[in-house]
Amino acid sequence: MATTDNEVKELIKREYEHGFVTEIESDTFEPGLNEDVIRRLSEIKQEPEFMLEWRLKAYRRWLEMDEPEWAHVDFPKVDYNAISYYSAPKKKEDMPQSLDDVDPELLRTYEKLGIPLHERAKLAGVAVDAVFDSVSVATTFKEPLEKAGVIFCPISEAVQKYPELVKKYLGSVVPAGDNYFAALNSAVFSDGSFVYIPKGVRCPMELSTYFRINAANTGQFERTLIIAEEGSYVSYLEGCTAPMRDENQLHAAVVELVALDDAQIKYSTVQNWYPGDENGKGGIYNFVTKRGACIGKNSKISWTQVETGSAITWKYPSCVLRGENSVGEFYSVALTHNYQQADTGTKMIHLGKNTKSTIISKGISAGRSSNAYRGLVKFGPGAEGARNFTQCDSLLIGDRCGAHTFPYIESKNKSAIVEHEATTSKVSDEQMFLCRQRGIDPEQAVSMIVNGFCKEVFKELPMEFAVEAGKLLEVSLEGSVG
Amino acid sequence: MLSIKNLHASVEGKEILKGINLEIKAGEVHAIMGPNGSGKSTLSQVLAGNDAFEVTSGEVTLNGDNLLDLETEERAREGIFLAFQYPVEIPGVSNLQFLRTAVNAMRKHRGEEEMNAAEFMKLAKEVSKQVDLDPAFLKRGVNEGFSGGEKKRNEIMQALLLQPKLAILDETDSGLDIDALKVVSDGVNALRSEDRAILMVTHYQRLLNHIVPDYVHVLAGGKIIKSGGRELALELEEKGYGWLGIKDEDTSN
Ligand SMILES: Nc1ncnc2c1ncn2[C@@H]1O[C@H](COP(=O)(O)OP(=O)(O)OP(=O)(O)O)[C@@H](O)[C@H]1O
Ligand SMILES: [Mg+2]
Repeated sequence: MATTDNEVKELIKREYEHGFVTEIESDTFEPGLNEDVIRRLSEIKQEPEFMLEWRLKAYRRWLEMDEPEWAHVDFPKVDYNAISYYSAPKKKEDMPQSLDDVDPELLRTYEKLGIPLHERAKLAGVAVDAVFDSVSVATTFKEPLEKAGVIFCPISEAVQKYPELVKKYLGSVVPAGDNYFAALNSAVFSDGSFVYIPKGVRCPMELSTYFRINAANTGQFERTLIIAEEGSYVSYLEGCTAPMRDENQLHAAVVELVALDDAQIKYSTVQNWYPGDENGKGGIYNFVTKRGACIGKNSKISWTQVETGSAITWKYPSCVLRGENSVGEFYSVALTHNYQQADTGTKMIHLGKNTKSTIISKGISAGRSSNAYRGLVKFGPGAEGARNFTQCDSLLIGDRCGAHTFPYIESKNKSAIVEHEATTSKVSDEQMFLCRQRGIDPEQAVSMIVNGFCKEVFKELPMEFAVEAGKLLEVSLEGSVG
Repeated sequence: MLSIKNLHASVEGKEILKGINLEIKAGEVHAIMGPNGSGKSTLSQVLAGNDAFEVTSGEVTLNGDNLLDLETEERAREGIFLAFQYPVEIPGVSNLQFLRTAVNAMRKHRGEEEMNAAEFMKLAKEVSKQVDLDPAFLKRGVNEGFSGGEKKRNEIMQALLLQPKLAILDETDSGLDIDALKVVSDGVNALRSEDRAILMVTHYQRLLNHIVPDYVHVLAGGKIIKSGGRELALELEEKGYGWLGIKDEDTSN
């Protein structure tokens, strides 16, 4: 991490940096959920009939399901009828065609978030699809992407423009009835990103989406679908922030990745939703289903995540390794502080021959938080010669927090090999004393030690994100010393 | 520079230091010797501000200012440096990053510009050569998997980088091979200057052949029971601590 002390000082602010609310007029549905709400939603989005049917089916499934209770988290029941299922920034005529058409107030919001769409995106060569509450506002870099044949657009647009692709792949990895939150998302998803990389194409730039929940009492249900055709490659980044609010907000996203023969998808997340205050008030409930399917032989999907935000995180980015020799990877840093709760991990489902997976999970708990790793490694009967390596490290700061590890292994193939390593350590008094004896502030010392602990994961992140992630840890660890 | 008056300190309710008096002036090198468990490391740690130890009475001033009021990091920025007897590892944090953070913390305190990565790299490489550590060690985690001798050389490298006013070296010579002892001693001698004081804890008078001290003190049972010049160390080596009439119960706490 190349942060200078000035930058550090800048970062050491007590309050959640991104916790401002943007004053913009918006069209918001009355709270509540029923079939009419879904019909209205689908109508506003001018969706084809198949989409509405799909949503309604999911909704009916959802009604029959119960909220999961097995995760190592604890929270009051969510009242799904107190949530509004659609909120879009009001626009003068149609959807903005270019950045000039975007509400300036909205653009300022992105500036504050550190994502000026014009400059930084261009400098960094990153195409940004920004989802604000429920609607994609602007997607930059459409042209060079189009030239390469890459489709990168809001999923609502894809539903209209590429219905065949959507029909074929939407729900193919995470079926509507997969779990409670996935069903809810399938019924009411408002927007998200759609990526299609054609055969043999290496996506010319990193694709990125920033999510932000703004309106009060709205849920955010984005849906992301990434399809990498034979021999293609894409790296996709996702960043999240939400304003500070006293009430809890729900975020239930679904991400589906599909990798065909020899294709590679690298999916990185820096999740910094508002975690609630130091007394555990407010914060985002982050209930997310992320899954990738390595359908093709020699395909590869890697998930890298840095999770520092949200009051509650419930998230298990997974890989279904169907294709022969396909590879799944999961690199995770999850940090909890104050009263945050995280139950996160991965599932590696080995179905094909010689499939390989690697899991590196780093959990950091501070304050009174609780941090659980939950991982499933499963080998089907056809997973000849499959292998998994799991390394699960926990770091405790202080003595009121908790770390838990729940590794599950199921094997139906005798030739499969699993290696599992787990450690729990503390930021020791001796380490702190050494740092302080060399003149380093205690807070900076903790953040440095924690960054060191996360190194193996950070090196998997794209450069820009690695720096951001390091800074985030620093801010998130505020007040964890002493 | 450093003045210690009737210093008492305890750990977990047990008194270890039982009235230490010591005056160290700028430019001087003091050696502290004494049996195992007599309180040498405790004294070093207390001076550096390790709050595992409680100062129960006495006073310590650095250039006239009360040292005991300052936090560990503040003492460090005022120029107190401790080379640890048992340097701790910080996995994953590169030595380079650690050192730059430390150097910049000091510079900031002095109101100087911070050093950027490139400038610092150059400096660190030079200094690492001075203690005969391959610059590759800069990239490794702090003390991570370093051999005993490498850890000690790493400590001296830090002293050279941080240029303290008072360097406290706790058994920096222990566990060094003959060549390393020479390298470390050269490093310490390079630190010697008019405006810097050195307090070194050692068990071996052979170190004092390389780094000739101005004073030698014997610490036993939490007190300094004898002070003298360079020759005291030779005498001790010849006659052992028994010669000073140290009884078993005085030796350790
Ligand atoms: N954290 C601690 N808890 C309990 N006792 C301690 C602690 N630290 C030091 N002591 C005790 O204090 C006494 C002095 O220890 P200290 O490390 O200062 O000795 P020393 O003179 O440096 O010995 P050596 O030559 O072996 O390094 C010993 O009896 C030791 O066991
Ligand atoms: Mg000692």
